[in-house]
Amino acid sequence: MSASLHLILAFVLAPLLPGIIGKVKSCCAGRSGKPVLQLYFDLAKLLRKGAVYSRGTSWVFKAGPPAALAATIAALCLLSPLDQNGPLSFEGDFLLAAYLLGMARFAVILAALDTGSSFEGMGASREAVFSALAEPVFLLALMPLGRISGSFSLASMFSVHIWSAQSLDKPALILSAAGLFLISLAENCRIPVDDPNTHLELTMIHEVMVLDHCGVDLAFIEYAAALKLWFFSAVVASLLLPSMAVTPGGIILVAVGIGFTESIMARLRLISVPRLICLAGALAALGCLLCLR
Amino acid sequence: MAQFITLTNGGSCPAEAVPVLRYDDFAACLKDEVHAGAGICSFFGVPHARQLRLYIVLVKKDEATLAAGAMDVGQSYAALTPEFPALHLFEREIYEQFSVLPQGHSRLKPVRFDGTDSPQVGDMDFFKAEGNDVHEVAVGPIHAGVIECGHFRFQCLGEIVLHLEISLGYHHRGLEACFNQNPQKNALPLMETLAGDSSIAHAWAFSTLRESLNHTAVTRRAQTIRAIALELERLANHTGDLGALAGDMGYLPTASFCGRLRGDFLNMTAMLCGNRFGRGLVAPGGVNFDLEEALCLHLEKKLRPAARDVYGAVDLLWETPSVTSRMMEIGVVPEQAARDLGLAGPAARASGLRRDVRITHPLPGLQESQLTMQVEKSGDVYARARIRLDEIHESVSFILRELGGLHGQAEPLRAGSAGAPGVYGRPSTFGAALVEGWRGEICHTALTDAAGRLQRYKIVDPSFRNWIGLALAMRGGQISDFPLCNKSFNLSYCGVDL
Repeated sequence: MSASLHLILAFVLAPLLPGIIGKVKSCCAGRSGKPVLQLYFDLAKLLRKGAVYSRGTSWVFKAGPPAALAATIAALCLLSPLDQNGPLSFEGDFLLAAYLLGMARFAVILAALDTGSSFEGMGASREAVFSALAEPVFLLALMPLGRISGSFSLASMFSVHIWSAQSLDKPALILSAAGLFLISLAENCRIPVDDPNTHLELTMIHEVMVLDHCGVDLAFIEYAAALKLWFFSAVVASLLLPSMAVTPGGIILVAVGIGFTESIMARLRLISVPRLICLAGALAALGCLLCLR
Repeated sequence: MAQFITLTNGGSCPAEAVPVLRYDDFAACLKDEVHAGAGICSFFGVPHARQLRLYIVLVKKDEATLAAGAMDVGQSYAALTPEFPALHLFEREIYEQFSVLPQGHSRLKPVRFDGTDSPQVGDMDFFKAEGNDVHEVAVGPIHAGVIECGHFRFQCLGEIVLHLEISLGYHHRGLEACFNQNPQKNALPLMETLAGDSSIAHAWAFSTLRESLNHTAVTRRAQTIRAIALELERLANHTGDLGALAGDMGYLPTASFCGRLRGDFLNMTAMLCGNRFGRGLVAPGGVNFDLEEALCLHLEKKLRPAARDVYGAVDLLWETPSVTSRMMEIGVVPEQAARDLGLAGPAARASGLRRDVRITHPLPGLQESQLTMQVEKSGDVYARARIRLDEIHESVSFILRELGGLHGQAEPLRAGSAGAPGVYGRPSTFGAALVEGWRGEICHTALTDAAGRLQRYKIVDPSFRNWIGLALAMRGGQISDFPLCNKSFNLSYCGVDL
């Protein structure tokens, strides 16, 4: 399988992940739940719909979804768990990936603020705060990987070869993976940080920012969110299940893990979320220390 | 010195026997009673010889009695709210209905919108916090769920709520006026649906008044069947609430279980009378459906496993740290505030008030219910959840006890006659009845005219008293905790809108 094929698989299969998480949650709750392919149906429906724009919004609102989608696609192109080189890989590309994801978020936040709605402003401010905390932790968790693999490109950091490192480095890898898993929960608005299924606007983070989007715009945002979930699941999968990450099986297993996590715990209070991110930061920092022998 | 008249719960007296006091005496009496621990149940106006007669009904603390009194006021009077905050919404209501001004009441805002031009529906002068860092969040009146209308206006400093103001009354139905015009025909179905989740409680309060004003004695068997139905209503709603609370926290196991179990309890009510909400069960004079021995056994067989499943599902809440941390010290209503504002039901008991009329003021025939009052101290979401579980325990053992006691009693289910059309009960009589519904004490008051027709029928649903508690619970809290606080009170919109 070439890197490009893997990338195409990502684009095709990403909308499957939210469906899998939902299915796991329904099974745990004893419900049959919605179909695994629901997001595909939703995307197909949304792409055929028109959009309504409020008179109070400007081009910023319209530019948000395409910009977010484009940035997320670009970030995903840098990641290839298969071999040393993704389609766009270069030394130090992890920074570009982190900030492409940051840019996607920035576009959505700007679009939310552009509506002038108090709900969306509130969501935007929460998203900005939590992602500002999560970003350094994400970079910190990548440090041990760079050190162990000897290269600062995502492709080599998350390649299968990383587990052939010295046995003393392996605890650092596990700590990194744990930190990245927590960050992926925060970045992808999953329980315990955010509840993607709630209807309560006052408690939402990500969902409340996209309340005013509809039609193709909403499809772009939903698809970008699925790709981002794929990105983080792939990152965690390549560390925890290196042999399986080559196939999408490992990534799907991570989604199942997220589904289980959501099934057995409640959402944190919003003011406790920084503590969770701090925990991820502590794990990542410990990983860094272990590498500094 | 002038005094209020003492009534039993569900009792009545000649209308002249209710003392009409001068304003000063009225205020002094009220002060004495409230200082002795009495709670205010109802305060309403009745037009009387070009003036407005204001009636008050209190529930006494240490005796199983109610107190009632009245005073006449003209175009205005000095508001009682500054001294008795629990009257705040009652005085607003009186002002709205009769344009009698309570001078010194600081917030004479609309209680309900009657659909006329002034004020237009939803038009209210909200409080506004000023400053660069303050922002305002408006939620509703249309919500992101299939629920009724209500508007919430938050003044926030970042994520912290400085103040929450609640505006209700979007679907004012004019129910109380309906009862005055047409007291007989469809009164009972209206009672059962005025707050649809408290059908039994409202129908029971209505029937009790009707019986009291007609000197109808209800058999113990009928009264017991009503009590069982009321506890089933409590079980269904408390279970549903605990599940919904878990759902709002994103905690799936309890949410999914309780959703199903609530249905089980509703189905038990349906086994009793054919309707899941108990409509058609209670009627003036008794009940329409019997609990035969076979049905008792069947009900018992259904109740035990359902109760066991509820305990299992709800115990998960206390055992999961992520859940308890979401509930503790959130949405605190201090005991003094709960007392001053006159909160009712589980919300009051969660703050440490010992108020449960099933126990303190039992209706005739139910003095030996052996129910224990459940009280918590902390007044937070946790306490309001805990109270519900404890009351589920109490209700289950009550029902099991009473089902056992029903064997062998052979008593008629209905007593008394319906009386002449248009006549409600004895002429010129005043009566009050309290029923502890699952949400709190429901107060119905009736006053008949010289012909025995209803002159005034006043309903106070616990929601009318408790919404202010929710506003208070949010003060200084996180706005993201609002849905959780809201669910822990779970108040009714239509119970206020009437």
